[in-house]
Amino acid sequence: MNLEKLMRIDRRLIFLLIALAVIFPLLFPIGLPTHLSKPVQDTFNAVDSIPPDGPPLMLSIDYDPAAMPELYPMTLAILRHCFSRNIRVLILTLHRAGPGIGEMATTRIAKEYGKKEGEDYVYLGFKPGFGAVILRMGEDIHGAFLTDYYNRPIGEIPMMREIHNYDDIPLVICLSAAAIPELWMMYAGSRYHQTIAAGVTAVSAADYYPFLQTDQLVGLIGGLKGASEYEKLVNELEERLGVDKKRKESLSKEEYEKLQVSHSKASAGMDSQSIAHLVIIAFIVIGNVAYFAQRRKKR
Amino acid sequence: MRRQLPLAICFVMGISMVVQFFIPHRVSQEFYRTILDWYRIVFAFSLVLGTGTLIKVHWAKISKKSKGWQYSIITIGGLVFMLTVGFITGIQEGTLFMKVFEFVEVPLEATMFSLLAFYIASAAYRAFRARTVEATLLLIAAVVLMLGRIPFGYYLWHKIPGIAEWILTNPNMAAKRGIVIGVGLGMISTALKIILGIERSYIGGGK
Amino acid sequence: MNLSLDPWVWLAALLTLCIYSFLYKDNPFYKAAEHLFVGLSAGYFLVIYWYNAVYPDMVVPLFKQGKLLCIIPGLLGLFFFFRFIPKVGWVSRWSIAFYIGVGAGMSIPATMQMRILEQMKGTMQPFFSLETWHIFVENPSLASFGALIGIPLMIVGVMCTLSYFFFSREHKGVLGGMSRIGIIFLMIGFGASFGYTVMARISLLIGRVQFLMSDWLGVID
Repeated sequence: MNLEKLMRIDRRLIFLLIALAVIFPLLFPIGLPTHLSKPVQDTFNAVDSIPPDGPPLMLSIDYDPAAMPELYPMTLAILRHCFSRNIRVLILTLHRAGPGIGEMATTRIAKEYGKKEGEDYVYLGFKPGFGAVILRMGEDIHGAFLTDYYNRPIGEIPMMREIHNYDDIPLVICLSAAAIPELWMMYAGSRYHQTIAAGVTAVSAADYYPFLQTDQLVGLIGGLKGASEYEKLVNELEERLGVDKKRKESLSKEEYEKLQVSHSKASAGMDSQSIAHLVIIAFIVIGNVAYFAQRRKKR
Repeated sequence: MRRQLPLAICFVMGISMVVQFFIPHRVSQEFYRTILDWYRIVFAFSLVLGTGTLIKVHWAKISKKSKGWQYSIITIGGLVFMLTVGFITGIQEGTLFMKVFEFVEVPLEATMFSLLAFYIASAAYRAFRARTVEATLLLIAAVVLMLGRIPFGYYLWHKIPGIAEWILTNPNMAAKRGIVIGVGLGMISTALKIILGIERSYIGGGK
Repeated sequence: MNLSLDPWVWLAALLTLCIYSFLYKDNPFYKAAEHLFVGLSAGYFLVIYWYNAVYPDMVVPLFKQGKLLCIIPGLLGLFFFFRFIPKVGWVSRWSIAFYIGVGAGMSIPATMQMRILEQMKGTMQPFFSLETWHIFVENPSLASFGALIGIPLMIVGVMCTLSYFFFSREHKGVLGGMSRIGIIFLMIGFGASFGYTVMARISLLIGRVQFLMSDWLGVID
């Protein structure tokens, strides 16, 4: 084998191989099952412990479109979890690209579950200021958000009449590609002892383990794998609650199947993830073998 | 005066925000809430500043007909279009503004970042070399993690996911904790230097 | 194949392909798409700030509710734009000073609590646990051994990693030895992060490919 040629392979060939590694498993699914990890199970349990029609979960959608492939499936899965169990949700965003994403996710899932804005969920929209907004909500959410995303005065929203600050919020989940969960822990966790869980991209997931160990985070959903695990838990929950059965009865076969596919978007990507990882590992091994062989040859 | 007054403002606001953390009195808390409300408004304006710089740079390119000035027309055109559509149609789901966000901006940004997948594959082949003991450790940990996080890893050896999780919750956690504490100490010292006027780079040069 | 008939989906797909054309080589389609993204993003953010921040938090309280105190943050915000006028650019320093001062003051107690005190508390664990020792002796396995050495490893790891970042003394003797061990822990930590980073990047590609193959071409569900 010509080691020189192997070391100087055109990078477009590498691009093609990685593209094929992603495309083929989507066309020909393998269907390997996902195994649950403790941090995701803990997040699920934390959400599940919130009583129905009681104090709301606060969901902070703090990411931009670049992180959507990993965090959007998580957002949909958490909303589906809440709406299946009739848990009320208070949605907001501290990231300037978040409002559009929050609007897309909320209206889609609320429509699917027949949930009413103002009664079952409230979408507060965006506020700039990160830490200042988190701290202000600790004093008074009505002071931080004077209106909701649709410009309705917050005092006039039925769901918001009993919600004033973090004392009325059992759990905050922050979904972010940046360091915003750290700001939630720093401001809401330290000062107001708010219970916090996080959903993050895989890039930063390894960095949050110190906070899991100290219970500053009660749970962590990391990357597409975490999203697929959470999806699996929600799908199992809906089967147990009979939500899935009711859906099957009320929708046409085509509509039901389309919905089932959309409920497993993250899981569908795991086959591609597996093959792509193996290809990258192969690249690392081949690259190192060629490098050491060439080095030995030079000596 | 031009440099002293900003330093004084920074000092007073910084010390006030530190001290109020420990004072539960009603006056302190009222002051705290007011400052937080003001901060949010000022913060919003600071973010708008970036857009002003963007317009300035691209307008200069167009007027001087510098290299690639035609693309600057696309940038300014896109900005004006979004502003017009946003203020006319509003920002609710179903409006033209949201359609452009969902079908133009989201795909563009998501695709740009997805290019990184190709570059990381290229880097894995060309650059990741186990030249030293430390680099070898790094690569071993990376490979174990990559296998542990995919379903295939379990089928290769059923203990791989457990080993990956152990690496995350023990040596990785220890290293990251060291970094967190170090960064925390750095953040506090930088914040103190700013409040006390030792660090003045935010004022900029000039008189 | 079930090609989409939605013109918006076609527009999204074509823009996606324009960006991917960069993988072959830089070209006008990529440059045009990139510049379009920059312009649209800037416009999007301005509209969002107006509707979500400036209008409800400043315009309404000031002009419709008569809260005159809102003039102060409004003026501070407008002072930022004095940067563009060289003669009076120094006025923007007041706004920057306010913004930086409040941010710095806010962060000190919170950072101390979250990054230092809580993390130190989490590290202060019994070095050796009789319970995990009994479990290992009764049922020796990889998992029970991992649990036995976990806490001492964590304590040693944190101390050694911190010693690596202590640059006020030369890394010789005991400090040198500790920082060398710290580097090992850091390499394992960075390796874990790298493994996760690969996963993240691939996930981004999977998302786009799913869009192209499902929403646009309709070759997968």
